[in-house]
Amino acid sequence: MSGDGMANAERAQPVLTARAAGLVGCAECGHVYQLGTETCTVCGKRLVSRDMTSLQRVWAWLFAGMVVYIPANVYPMLRTTTFGNTQESTIVGGVFELMDHGSYGVALIVFFASVIIPVSKFIAIAYLAIRIQRGKPGTASHFHLYEVVEFIGRWSMIDVFVVAILSALVQLNFVASINPGIAAVSFALSVAFTMISANSFDPRLIWDAPEGKPV
Amino acid sequence: MAYHSQMTDSLSDMIACPKCDGLHRVPQVDIGAQARCVRCGTVLMAPREGAMTRIVMLSMTALILMIAAVFFPFLELSTHGLGRKSSVFDAILAFSDGLMLPLSFAVAALIVVLPITRFVALIYVFAPMALGWAPAKHARSVFKFAEHIRPWAMAEVFIIGVAVALVKVAGLAQVTLGPAFWAFVGLVIITVLKDNFMCRVTVWQTLNARSPS
Ligand SMILES: [Zn+2]
Ligand SMILES: [Zn+2]
Repeated sequence: MSGDGMANAERAQPVLTARAAGLVGCAECGHVYQLGTETCTVCGKRLVSRDMTSLQRVWAWLFAGMVVYIPANVYPMLRTTTFGNTQESTIVGGVFELMDHGSYGVALIVFFASVIIPVSKFIAIAYLAIRIQRGKPGTASHFHLYEVVEFIGRWSMIDVFVVAILSALVQLNFVASINPGIAAVSFALSVAFTMISANSFDPRLIWDAPEGKPV
Repeated sequence: MAYHSQMTDSLSDMIACPKCDGLHRVPQVDIGAQARCVRCGTVLMAPREGAMTRIVMLSMTALILMIAAVFFPFLELSTHGLGRKSSVFDAILAFSDGLMLPLSFAVAALIVVLPITRFVALIYVFAPMALGWAPAKHARSVFKFAEHIRPWAMAEVFIIGVAVALVKVAGLAQVTLGPAFWAFVGLVIITVLKDNFMCRVTVWQTLNARSPS
């Protein structure tokens, strides 16, 4: 029998968690053990009912990601030289250039990947972490927010790849050449740090009710 | 399939959702169907007909395409009688001077090294099982590693980057797509197909069931 479609039938009832049943579930493979068991025999992962150290890692990486996002926006991402004239453009400057050329769709993609996604990720991760620290139980929508954040982070890397491709391709001596600026490095770091921050989350914490303070 | 009654079953009949800790009795799931967590909707089981064979085939195809994608010309640029062909390899070396060198390594890792590592790891884990043998030595650690690097294998993000780059140079010069570009597009499609065949919890259950001891 498939579990599909059964989801709605039991949504109203509170779901019994492994922790409430005095058990611990493996975060990797889902196998269930008596509370206190050290490692999972199926996949070898260390068993913790709720990874409370995860929040420290989340905050540390998030903070690092936010700090390096500042130089990523201040310094130039690309240095374009055409017939001896050098132009430098920042992330946002690159978006405006695309709009000047009439490429609104592509400008929108770059703006989304380089500005909207990183900034909303900072806000979303901080919001989820603060909720957990205040002991507020989350709902399915908080969990879906987490899933979106986890899924979408890697797409911010687009602009770094654009810089790499342009720098490799456009090397025509005097006529035109494109070189990466320092912002490419800090932006790549910012994306990587925020991805690590999101991956550090133990999503099981999102659901917990206040009385279910971790054992 | 939520687990509400007294705990009379043995622990191996139960499964805890890795994402929300919801406790479920291991359901009977038909081939082709899937069971989701009642609380958060995460897919807990999704057995597929011949899934392992397909994962192995798709990983092998992806591996071959990747080799073609790296070394064949990727894009060709021409303007004012000047031309330049570049491969993915050149894109990686774009940052090779001075301060940018670490970025070169990062790009190489994200678009080539990690995807290749993942394909090889998946073949190593699934090929013996697809042939009906017991899982290879350390298959569990290798699979755990393959899942761990999954978010960092960014071939599909790179393709969107290529599209944006093409628009950016459109005014500057004429760009022709090389064979490697199409190899890369094929690679991305295959990666998406392959990941659709894989359900992490199901794979762990199969690995566990097929392992000796
Ligand atoms: Zn496990
Ligand atoms: Zn769940």
